Amino acid sequence: MVKVTIDGVEVSVEPGTTILNAARQIGGDVVPPAMCYYSKLPGTGGKCRTCLVEVAAGSAADPRPMPKLVASCSTPVQDGMVVNNKSSQRVHDNRGGVVEFLLANHPLDCPICDQAGECHLQDLGYEHGSAKTRYEEDRRIFEPIDIGNKIKLHMNRCILCYRCVYVANQLTDKRVHGVLHRGEHAEISTYIEQAVDNDFSGNMIDVCPVGALTDRTFRFKSRVWFLKPMEAERSCSKCCGKAVVWMFGNEIYRVTARKDQFGEVEEIEQKTAWLCNDCRFEKKEVTDWNVLGPRVINRQSVISQGKYATTIDKPVKRIS
Amino acid sequence: MKESKKVVTTEGTTQFSAELIAKMEEAKNCFPEGKEKSAILKILHLAQAEFGWLSVHSMDQIAEILRVEPIEVYEVATFYTMFHLEPVGKYVFEVCRTGPCMLVGSDQLIEYIGHKLNIGIGETTKDGLFTLKTAECLGGCGYGPLLQCRHRFHEHLTPEKIDSLIEQYQRGEIKPGAL
Amino acid sequence: MTNRKLLLEHLDVPGIQGIDAYVKHGGYASLKKALQKMSPDEVVEEVKKSGLRGRGGAGFPTGLKWSFLAKPEGIPRYLVCNADESEPGTFKDRYLMEKIPHLLVEGMILSSYALGAKTSYIYIRGEFMYVLEILQNAINEAYAKGYLGKNIFGSGFDHDLVITPGGGAYICGEETALLESLEGKRGNPRIKPPFPAVKGLWASPTVVNNVESIAAVVPIVRDGGDAYASIGIGKSTGTKLVSACGNLERPGVYEIELGLSVEEFIYGDNYCRGIAKGKKLKACVPGGSSVPILPHHLVTKTAAGEQRLMTYESLADGGFQSGSMLGSGGFIVFDEDQCIVRNTWNFTRFYAHESCGQCSPCREGTGWMEKVLHRLETGKGHLRDIDLLADINKKIEGNTICPLGDAAAWPVAAAIRHFRDEFEWHVTHPEEAQIRNYGLIQQPLVA
Repeated sequence: MVKVTIDGVEVSVEPGTTILNAARQIGGDVVPPAMCYYSKLPGTGGKCRTCLVEVAAGSAADPRPMPKLVASCSTPVQDGMVVNNKSSQRVHDNRGGVVEFLLANHPLDCPICDQAGECHLQDLGYEHGSAKTRYEEDRRIFEPIDIGNKIKLHMNRCILCYRCVYVANQLTDKRVHGVLHRGEHAEISTYIEQAVDNDFSGNMIDVCPVGALTDRTFRFKSRVWFLKPMEAERSCSKCCGKAVVWMFGNEIYRVTARKDQFGEVEEIEQKTAWLCNDCRFEKKEVTDWNVLGPRVINRQSVISQGKYATTIDKPVKRIS
Repeated sequence: MKESKKVVTTEGTTQFSAELIAKMEEAKNCFPEGKEKSAILKILHLAQAEFGWLSVHSMDQIAEILRVEPIEVYEVATFYTMFHLEPVGKYVFEVCRTGPCMLVGSDQLIEYIGHKLNIGIGETTKDGLFTLKTAECLGGCGYGPLLQCRHRFHEHLTPEKIDSLIEQYQRGEIKPGAL
Repeated sequence: MTNRKLLLEHLDVPGIQGIDAYVKHGGYASLKKALQKMSPDEVVEEVKKSGLRGRGGAGFPTGLKWSFLAKPEGIPRYLVCNADESEPGTFKDRYLMEKIPHLLVEGMILSSYALGAKTSYIYIRGEFMYVLEILQNAINEAYAKGYLGKNIFGSGFDHDLVITPGGGAYICGEETALLESLEGKRGNPRIKPPFPAVKGLWASPTVVNNVESIAAVVPIVRDGGDAYASIGIGKSTGTKLVSACGNLERPGVYEIELGLSVEEFIYGDNYCRGIAKGKKLKACVPGGSSVPILPHHLVTKTAAGEQRLMTYESLADGGFQSGSMLGSGGFIVFDEDQCIVRNTWNFTRFYAHESCGQCSPCREGTGWMEKVLHRLETGKGHLRDIDLLADINKKIEGNTICPLGDAAAWPVAAAIRHFRDEFEWHVTHPEEAQIRNYGLIQQPLVA
C-alpha cells in the first residue's frame, strides 16, 4: 500500500491507483470532477482536463512538486505524494478555465435539453463556472441527428469525452460510430447514415455526461425532476435487469441504469449493471417490472439540491 | 459557421482493380502479422492516387482489405487533411498559406490563382481540371510561396510561373511526383 | 568561426543520393565500425559523450533518451524515426533526406544496433511522398548491398527498415501521436505515463528520434563522441541544421556549428546575407513557429546586451520575458513591413487547424484564440480582447495532453508581450488595419 495526502487528508491505496481514485476513496469534496474518465470503461480519461490537480510533492523519495497540473484520472499515486485539489487556487483557476472552454461552444440549451437536471456539465458550470461568458464568437453548429430509432445525437452539446466510443468498443459487437474530423471540427458521427443498433447501445446514453446522447423514447416527455426514481428489476436473459424506472404517477417514463454518487453505472454483485436495450427502451409498463421502492440519488447535483432524500430512513419496501 | 452532416456522394465507380488490391496487400506486408492496420494511410493514399478522392465505397473496400470496421477507416480518413472526401478536379492545387509562406506573398498568390482559374477556395473549375485548396505548412518554408499537386511541389511561385504551370497541367505535361 | 560540416559535408558530390557515391565518400563506414568493433552499449556511450540533443525541437539529450529504453526479455524493441517535419519554418529534414538519403538509412541501422531493435520504422509526412520514394530507393540499395537484412557485415545483426507515410497532420510530429498514426489510427497523442520507452509502438518499448538526430549518430560513431562534443559551446554540442525562411536575402538550409552568432547567421555572406530587398529586421522566430517571437533589439543581443548565439542556452537567455528557443531550427525572419498581428493570427489558425481535438483546452482554446485574433486583425477587435487572449493563453498552457497546447499559446503570449502596441493599433485604427490587412504593404497581384 502507498500513502498519499489529498487536501490534507491521508489515505492508503493499492500501488498503481490513480490520484482520482485515491480521492474517491476519501470521498466528499476532495474528489475532483471527472467528465471523461469512467472507471467502468478501461481506457477512458485524460481528455477533458477538469480533474487537473496540483502535485505539491511527487513522492517521499522525490518530494519535488510537479511543474504542471496533472490529470488526476490518469496519474498514478506515489508513496508520499502530496496533492492539492480544492485547497489550491491554481487548480481552482485552471479548472474554471477548462469549464469556460467546455462551455465556449456549448449551446446552453438546458431549457430544452432532456439531460437538464442530471447533467454533469451543468453541475460543473454551477460549481466552477462564471456567471458571464467572455466568448463572443459564433458557436459551431451541427444538426441533431438520429442514430437509430432509439438514440438522438445533439453534437452541439457534446464535450468529446469519447465514453460512448468506448461503450461501443467494449460492450457491443460492432462499432458503427466514432470520432470524425479533428480539432474544433471533431464530431461524434456514423459518417454515413447508419443506425447504431445493438443490444447494448443504449448504455451510451447512460455514460454520456451531457445531453449529447439522449433517449428518443423519453424525448420531451418530462423534466427529470418531475419524475420519481424507483429501483426496479426484472428477469432478463440479456442483462442484469436491475434498473431505475422513472415514474410519474403509475406510469414509467423512462428506464436507466442504477448510478452511483459519481454518476457511473453501479456495480451489482461485482459486475457493472449495464442495461440491455430491451429493458431500457421496450419495457415501459409497470407490469414489466418488479418495482422495489424509491431510489436514492446519492450524486451531488443541481437538481438533487433539496429534492431527493440523500439517505433512506426506512428499509426499501417491496411494492408488488 | 454551420456544419451539417456530410452529404455523401458516390460519383463514378470506385471499384478497386486487382492490380490496386495487390499494391495494397503489398503495403500490408510491410508490417508484422496482426498489425496490418498500420498500412492504412499508405492504402488510403493509393486509393486516392487511383480515383482522385476517397468515396465511401473506396473506404468500405479498404475496411475489408484491412479486416476492420468501416468506421475505423472513416475515422482515420477524416483526421488527415491530405485525403479528399469529396470529388475534386483532376489537379488539386494545395497552396501553403502558413506564416513563412504568407511573409513571401502566399495570400496574394492564392487570390491570383483563384482569379486566374475563376474559382474560389475549395472550388473546382467547370472543366473539372483544377481544384484550388489551401494547405497549412507543407515544409518548404524557404522556397515559398509554394503549392503541391499530385505529390509534386512547385516552389518559388510567381504569377508568371502560375500561368505556365496551369498551361503545362492543361497539356498534361506534368506527371505525379510519386505513387 | 570555422564552419565544419558533419551532415552536409558531401552535399555537392554528384550522385550522392545513390549508394555508390555515398560509400565512396565514407558512407556506411560508421555502420561497419560499430558492427565489427563496438558493442551496442559502446555506441550508446559515444552518443551520450557527444552531448547530442534531440534535433526535433525539445532538445532532450539523445543518449539519455536511449538509456531509458526498457529492455524486457522476449519483447521486441523498436526505433522509430520522426520524419513528420511539420513545424512552420522547419524544412531541414526534408532537405537532408532528399539530398543524402543514405545518411538517414545508415543512422537508422546504426541506432537500431545500439538499441537492439530488429525492425525500425521511418514515419514520413504524407506530403513528402516523393521523398519517401527517394528513401525507399536508398533502402532497396542498402538491402542489395547487404547493409540491411540478415547478418549485416557478418556481425550476426539482422535489421529491417520500413518507411511509411503520414496523411497530413502536424500533431503526428508529437511522438505518441506518431505512434498512434503508425499503428493506423487517428493521430491522437497518448496520455502519459506510460512513456514510449516503456510502452510505445504496439505496446513495445520504443525510441522515437528526429531525422537529424539519427543522422548525427553517423559522424558521432565515425569520429567519436568526444570529437563531436568538442564542436559547439557548453551543452550545445555539434552542428545543427537550421532552415532559414521569411524575408531573408538567401533563405535555405544551413548546417552551422552551434555557437555561431545570430548576427553572423542573419547577415553573414556564408549564410542568409541579410534581410531581403535591403529592408530592416523587425522580428525573428528562431526555432519554429511555436517558440516566442523576438523583437529586433533582442534578436542579435540578449536583454543584458550580450551577443546572442545559435545555442540552446543563448537563444533561451532571458526566459520567456526576453528570450526564445532554438527549437527545431526553423528560423523565421520578419522585415519591417510585416504585421505581427496578422502573423500571430496566421500561426494560431495553423494550430487551431492542427489540434487533434482530444482535450478541451486545446480544441476549444486554439479555435477561440483564432477567432479573436481574426477579429483584431480585421479591425473588429476591442482593447479587452488583448487581455482576453493573454488569459486564454494561460488557461491552455500546461493544461493539455501534449505540447501542442503550449506551442499554440507561446507565440500569442510573446507577440502580445513584445508588440502590444501593434495589437492596440489594430483596435484604434480599424480602417487602416483592414487596408493593411490586405494589400497596403504587399501590393496585391490582382488589380
